[in-house]
Amino acid sequence: MQKEVLSILVDNHSGVLTRVASLFGRRGFNIDSLTVSTTDDPKTSRITIVVHDDAKVLEQIIKQTARLEETQQIFSLDASHSLLRELLLVKIEADEKNRTEVREIAEIYKAKIIDLSRESMVMELTGEPDKIDGFLDVLSPYKILEMCRTGVTALERGGIQKHPRVK
Amino acid sequence: MLLTGADIFAEVLVEQGVDTLFGYPGGAVLNLYDSLYHYRDKIHHVMTAHEQGAAHAADGYARATGKTGVVLATSGPGATNLVTGIATAYMDSIPMVAITGNVGTSLIGRDSFQEVYITGITMPITKHNFVVRKVDELADILRDAFRIAQTGRKGPVLVDIPKDVTSAKAEFVPKKPQIPEMHTYIEQKDLEQAAEMINAAERPVIYFGGGVSASQAGEELLELARKAEIPAAYTIMAAGVLGYGDPLNMGLLGMHGNRTTNWAVNEADLVLAIGTRFSDRVALNPDQFAKRAKILQIDIDPSEINKNVEVDHSLVGDVKQVLQQLLPLVKPAKHPDWMALVQSWQAQDYHPKNSSTRITPHQLIGKICELAGPDAVYVTDVGQHQMWAAQYIRHIRPRSFLTSGGLGTMGFGYGAAIGAKLAVGDRPVIHLTGDGSFHMNLNEACTAVSYDLPIITVIFNNTVLGMVRQWQTAFYEKRYSSTDPHRKTNYVKLAEGFGAKGYHCESVAEFAQAFEQALKSKGPVWIECVIDKDEKVLPMIPAGGTIEDMIMD
Repeated sequence: MQKEVLSILVDNHSGVLTRVASLFGRRGFNIDSLTVSTTDDPKTSRITIVVHDDAKVLEQIIKQTARLEETQQIFSLDASHSLLRELLLVKIEADEKNRTEVREIAEIYKAKIIDLSRESMVMELTGEPDKIDGFLDVLSPYKILEMCRTGVTALERGGIQKHPRVK
Repeated sequence: MLLTGADIFAEVLVEQGVDTLFGYPGGAVLNLYDSLYHYRDKIHHVMTAHEQGAAHAADGYARATGKTGVVLATSGPGATNLVTGIATAYMDSIPMVAITGNVGTSLIGRDSFQEVYITGITMPITKHNFVVRKVDELADILRDAFRIAQTGRKGPVLVDIPKDVTSAKAEFVPKKPQIPEMHTYIEQKDLEQAAEMINAAERPVIYFGGGVSASQAGEELLELARKAEIPAAYTIMAAGVLGYGDPLNMGLLGMHGNRTTNWAVNEADLVLAIGTRFSDRVALNPDQFAKRAKILQIDIDPSEINKNVEVDHSLVGDVKQVLQQLLPLVKPAKHPDWMALVQSWQAQDYHPKNSSTRITPHQLIGKICELAGPDAVYVTDVGQHQMWAAQYIRHIRPRSFLTSGGLGTMGFGYGAAIGAKLAVGDRPVIHLTGDGSFHMNLNEACTAVSYDLPIITVIFNNTVLGMVRQWQTAFYEKRYSSTDPHRKTNYVKLAEGFGAKGYHCESVAEFAQAFEQALKSKGPVWIECVIDKDEKVLPMIPAGGTIEDMIMD
């Protein structure tokens, strides 16, 4: 099993996300996370999908996605030459007794406290997925009331890298 | 010029060279049908009994001609009735444009009368599909649909048009149809590597499929086979591509293929897989398939490489163009020991026994071929009769064996035969069916009668669902669950009820007489042939098995 971050440039049409997601569903490819947004070109959206599977299945995932009419480009990101980021929002049970220690952890991880009530605290953290995993691990002794992660979004380092266009 | 969406639809069809269209009217397509009324001199609309029949007809038309088949249906049930036909075309990579009406844009998403989300429903079974939201987009979307259907690996495309788009007006600018040109570029080193594999092989086999037919590469294939003396085996999708008399044509491969082809692939040191996809009906056990061979795959679709079976080398492109580039690098060769081995297997191939007292499938098919002549187009349904047809029809022209290979759609035949007959004119169209398949869509007899289509339907009537029953015999200890429906259909009367002609035959001699009459008929004819229900399709390799598991009796 290997983990792969796929960057897919697609036509910015309604329904394009459904097409990609439905393809993954019917071919039995598992999605770890998926993000989508428009790019600098309003006609193009970027979908970033994290998958894990064996090499043969990953090759099929790329080829099958490339086959979609609205796929412009698909490539897998080399982790050492890419910037992977994820946003976390986490709501912790915190009152006057433990608020200080939670603040300390937040400071170490450079997480922002964006909401505070008498019995809870909401923190925001952006970073590589590993950093977010680490932060959540450190928070595990506390009671997490709610949380959500955006999933990975990613770009390559340096100037624009050449990848073959599918269409 | 300022035209309504409906007139733009008709103009684009004419522009794309569509002269025949299959369909069924309804509320959401009233405007489109009104335009078809005005364009009736340019576009022949064929109305079927059921939208499924129309979809299969468009498919049959495409298979017989290579042109894009076009089908039109209304929203809701009209659209869902196309689904099996679209999926059939998708699995066999048949170019088709399906056009559906939908409720007006203001009614979409409100569960309106006869509303379905057909683009969602057909997403997995089309190459692409569109919803036309504005009349200004209509012409280009329709053009895109035709382009996509014919580009690369061919397939069906659906265009959904809400009713208000068909009445709204837009400026229409005629354009010439974009003929998708395929330019196959393959690196010289990849071609050389492929040629080296062929030149080094001592026991080579060609295994080819529908891609050779789609690319019209039969001549190049034959040239390759002859130049390097490579015996060839085909999948059901490529029946008729190579002539039957050719000593290098070993025959059908796979589950019901012959002994020789399956042994040859098993013993080969090189398998050239050309325009084919290692389906589970051929590579029954993908880990054991061609286990002694290096595999060289040629296909237009990169996603087919390494999908089901790992290959050693591949060339991606249009089969005809790849072969044209490869041929000069292939050295003339002879493989006398290998050919002798192939011939020794051929001597042990399965041969069915003749009977003088009843109709056997192979004798019936032999008689059909003899009487129908070399120009006939054969259209099958799905089941035992389909396999017998693939095994025993001995002269087929290219594009003249139309069968649902990938999806295995019972009920495909009559609609497809209607499409084929409209495409091929005077050539005889023979629809081979079983009593199971035929009951699914025999309603299309009324269409064949309406349009005076002299399609000859030969019903292999064994009174049971023979193929399923054969599996029950072999693998379920003869527990015949729901395969013997005890139907009492009188085919002669039923044919007459539709306004067609029907015959009932219990011997090959009776059949020959009926068939000769049928060949002279101006309208559709059904010939029911009584077959023993214990007739089996042999040989057979069970699903997941290998040549070692082949059942010969």
